[in-house]
Amino acid sequence: MMEIRTPKTGKAKRVLEKRAPKLVETGRKTLILHGTKTSATVSSVLMELYRLKKGGAIKYSRRNENIRPFESGGETSLEFFSQKTDCSIFVYGSHTKKRPDNLVLGRMYDHQVYDLIEVGIENFKSLLSFSYDKKFAPHEGTKPFICFTGEGFENVPELKHLKEVLTDLFRGEVVDNLNLTGLDRAYVCSAISPTKVFLTHCALKLKRSGTIVPRMELVEVGPSMDLVIRRNRLPNESLMKEAMRTSKDKPKKKEKNVDQDAVRGKIGKIYMPDQKLDEMHLHDKSKGRKRERKESKLLNEETDSKKNKKSSE
Amino acid sequence: METETDQIYHLDVGNLLGFNPNHRFPSAPSSREELVKECIEESRKLVQAIANALFNFTSTETNDGPIVQLPPPTTKLPREKHVPRPKPPTKWEEFALKKGIQKRKKDKVVWDEQTDQFKRRHGYDRVNDDNDVPIIEAKATDEPGEDPFAKRLDEKKKRVGKQQKNRLQNLKAAEKAGALPSHVQLAATSLPISGTKSQPKKIGKDELGDVAGLAATSTASGGKFDKKLPGEKPPKKQSKHHQYLPVVAGRGAVNPEKEQTNNVLSKIFSKHSHEILNVGKAINMYNVKKEKKKSGRSDKSGRSDNLKPKKDITKKPANKAK
Repeated sequence: MMEIRTPKTGKAKRVLEKRAPKLVETGRKTLILHGTKTSATVSSVLMELYRLKKGGAIKYSRRNENIRPFESGGETSLEFFSQKTDCSIFVYGSHTKKRPDNLVLGRMYDHQVYDLIEVGIENFKSLLSFSYDKKFAPHEGTKPFICFTGEGFENVPELKHLKEVLTDLFRGEVVDNLNLTGLDRAYVCSAISPTKVFLTHCALKLKRSGTIVPRMELVEVGPSMDLVIRRNRLPNESLMKEAMRTSKDKPKKKEKNVDQDAVRGKIGKIYMPDQKLDEMHLHDKSKGRKRERKESKLLNEETDSKKNKKSSE
Repeated sequence: METETDQIYHLDVGNLLGFNPNHRFPSAPSSREELVKECIEESRKLVQAIANALFNFTSTETNDGPIVQLPPPTTKLPREKHVPRPKPPTKWEEFALKKGIQKRKKDKVVWDEQTDQFKRRHGYDRVNDDNDVPIIEAKATDEPGEDPFAKRLDEKKKRVGKQQKNRLQNLKAAEKAGALPSHVQLAATSLPISGTKSQPKKIGKDELGDVAGLAATSTASGGKFDKKLPGEKPPKKQSKHHQYLPVVAGRGAVNPEKEQTNNVLSKIFSKHSHEILNVGKAINMYNVKKEKKKSGRSDKSGRSDNLKPKKDITKKPANKAK
């Protein structure tokens, strides 16, 4: 016996519709949680990341003992949380003797784990340790610039993967229109070695320059850390194909006057206006009517008239 | 010079992303601060390149500032959820397609002939409301005992039930295709444990009360000292259920157990006494026969036995009140 259950309030209905799969997707929501043990570095990293992504992130404060992202059975909790909170990218922090100050960044596809990358944190400097003019402090929820520097991001596959994940993490909402006054932050990621990435968060200073384009200056404000690549797991081929599949952004407009048939193939219709063959203007090939001749004749007449004028004067 | 660097940089303006693949960081790092400075300087160039592109777009002025139309992002990133699947056509839609039935837009307000005014199609005070008909004329096909109003109600219930069933079937088909609408959930109300399709019986109020009482008596205090919840009725029978009479009677008193058993026996006998032999009568008959035999030898009368009215043995003796 099946029962149809529909939401009884408008609010519930709207929440469900928001969570439904869409044709064109806006950015991912982030889930921040930590494991059995966290060091001071890891907990402050998670806290600051949450602050940076305030609008689109959810932070869990409890310990999660049964989450082990890289093990086959240890992802069920993560998938459950992803379903509950509608978050498709997660940041899981932990600290063990073998992997100190560990951060696992993972993405979900249809609330199933899609890919994972594990990094270690070194040389972490918190938000609070930076001193700068508070006028330039970036506002919450602004769209950031993301800058990647270094050939490592192209040559090393793990770094390439990390680049993709960091783009997804820092991207924020995907919008059509952007307010140019709301540009005030930039994430700087540099591949300083094939296994290390230097990540920092800067505020933007727009300085007056001679042209319309202001001069950009970066001031380090936010947390800065070194990420050391540890492990990663790429998605399997079929899942990647399915996830990368994009339908066209706008719904396909019906092509007019084109017909597709199994028998005849592709047929197009062309509408010709009435052709009055008597009155058609074909170009006159007679010698006397050549355009160039006519024009040059006119010119000569002009120059002659000018000469005449001059001579008369 | 800027155009040169633009060619080297990979810019994705839609994502405000810039990538410089050509910079080589010194493998022997200078001091940390120098490294940081270098990174920030390189990123500054990237940001400048993106900004050059951004600020050169045509912007519309609004109260908040100039708004620019961003181009679509060029980096390919995986989706977070699957592409929405197309819904399979419902049974009606298939039928309409086959028959070529077009959808027609209906007006909210319809002219009512009976009251000569415009009435709404659905809702309060609607046109052609089934409940408002005062008189239903009897047809030749109608049975005399039937209530036509009840019949109408029944028909409506049937129609509604059929529609619900069809809706469920359509939703099931949509679920199979993976295209269930986002606000609908199909839930199984009863699990198919056994082979029968019968729904589990719902327990009524009284039954629940009985069960609660049973549970209460099974507690350590026998239900006597349990906390009474608001609305809970006191248990029906709290005393002993069986009363056993004393076997040995007191002096002079009648033995109650013996009396009880005697009563039971007498009741049984009285019920079936018509089947039981009337002992007294049987004895009398026997005695009479015996006497007659005795007297019959000495006293021989001319009367033959054949003329005497014969007694019917099958007839049972009348029940003598005991």
